[in-house]
Amino acid sequence: MTCDEASLLLHALVDGELDAGHAREIEAHVKDCARCAALLRDTRAMSRALAAPALRLKAPPSLRARIDASLPSPRRAAPSRAAPSRRGLLQGFAMGSLMSGALAAGLVAFVIRRDDDQRILGDVVSAHLRSLQDDHLIDVQSSDQHTVKPWFNGRIDLAPPVVDLTAQGFTLIGGRLDYLDGKPVATIVYKRRLHIINLFVAQAAGPERRAVIDEMQGYNVWHWSHGDFSFWAASDINAEELQEFGDKLEAALRKGG
Amino acid sequence: MAAGADSDEADRARRFRDLALPHLDDVYTLARYLLRDGADADDAVQECYLRAFRHFDGFRGGPIRPWLMAILRNVCRAEFARRSGAAAAEASAELPDNVVPLWQEPEGSPETELIRQHDADTIQALLEELPGPFREAIVLRDINDLSYREIAEATEVPVGTVMSRLARARSMLRAAWRKSEIEPRLEGRSP
Repeated sequence: MTCDEASLLLHALVDGELDAGHAREIEAHVKDCARCAALLRDTRAMSRALAAPALRLKAPPSLRARIDASLPSPRRAAPSRAAPSRRGLLQGFAMGSLMSGALAAGLVAFVIRRDDDQRILGDVVSAHLRSLQDDHLIDVQSSDQHTVKPWFNGRIDLAPPVVDLTAQGFTLIGGRLDYLDGKPVATIVYKRRLHIINLFVAQAAGPERRAVIDEMQGYNVWHWSHGDFSFWAASDINAEELQEFGDKLEAALRKGG
Repeated sequence: MAAGADSDEADRARRFRDLALPHLDDVYTLARYLLRDGADADDAVQECYLRAFRHFDGFRGGPIRPWLMAILRNVCRAEFARRSGAAAAEASAELPDNVVPLWQEPEGSPETELIRQHDADTIQALLEELPGPFREAIVLRDINDLSYREIAEATEVPVGTVMSRLARARSMLRAAWRKSEIEPRLEGRSP
């Protein structure tokens, strides 16, 4: 990757809009290029500074009242929110004059990334629901991590870390194979009181990602990438408890290496 | 009695309130940064919401913020045209994106030292010195937290243009930021 490309694309990296392949290329480039490394570092610092709540202004109450008064008053109280529908993906997408062909290819990729995430999130929730309905929650039933882990040998192309979190309030109950994004993934099943947590483990496809919690169709999904693995945990337990599960798992995996 | 029409209108108003009013602070923030004047921003935001409600049937779903912000920009552009010809040129987003940046990165800029964190007032002053389309790009991305695609929709330019504009805007801001570390004239500490 050239400096010209890097100095443009690193903004998309900072903004979380870059696809994994280009993100890796930039990270490789800044290792050897002090100038782009400084630009990346400063861009991150500025972005953080600009996110300060003080820079986001509050509309004066008088303005809010004026606008409120200018709209017809609501007669019925029952709230019904319009379901958000996603627009056509690349609607109106065209290249600016500054872009080279190579950059254009990268741009198409980064533009799609968010929707990939959304699709995988949908897959995770579907797989979680399927596991609860089809009597197909567990292929190997065991609360022993040393039984669950080897079960995946030969069944899938990765050796997922299996940690027992029983002492932390999340009981390991078994494992199975499942599919995300058309690919087989290792699934490790935990129980919290009466609630099931499905932990999906796949080969990491991008750079390390900090843990995030998303919500879809009333289910919480925790997602984290670390080392060679990407993790998604789906459950109907509340976000705080799922976060706790994620934190415990992260801690155990970091300790275990 | 036109009871049906009335309740349709009430329904429409309720949907508009539910969707659009939660973003009032965001729209106001953009107006303040674009117009750099509180009273003008108030008027522009009110006009934006009136127009948005009038044309609500034309809203095709999806995130509503880019749609609201596109309307706000049109209102602001009219405001600039009213102010003066010179300012109107600045408000226009039709700035060619292949011109040389006004602030080139200084040669031999310090690459080892982390840029200093400024307080909010200083950052605001630095932003206000940027030319309109570049100030707008940074506000939409870093302060309003819109995605590239949403910015493209709000500013009615391709995503590629959003990206190159943002890169140049940040390069200008970075240069001004570093300069202000050397000459802190913006911090208003003159005796």
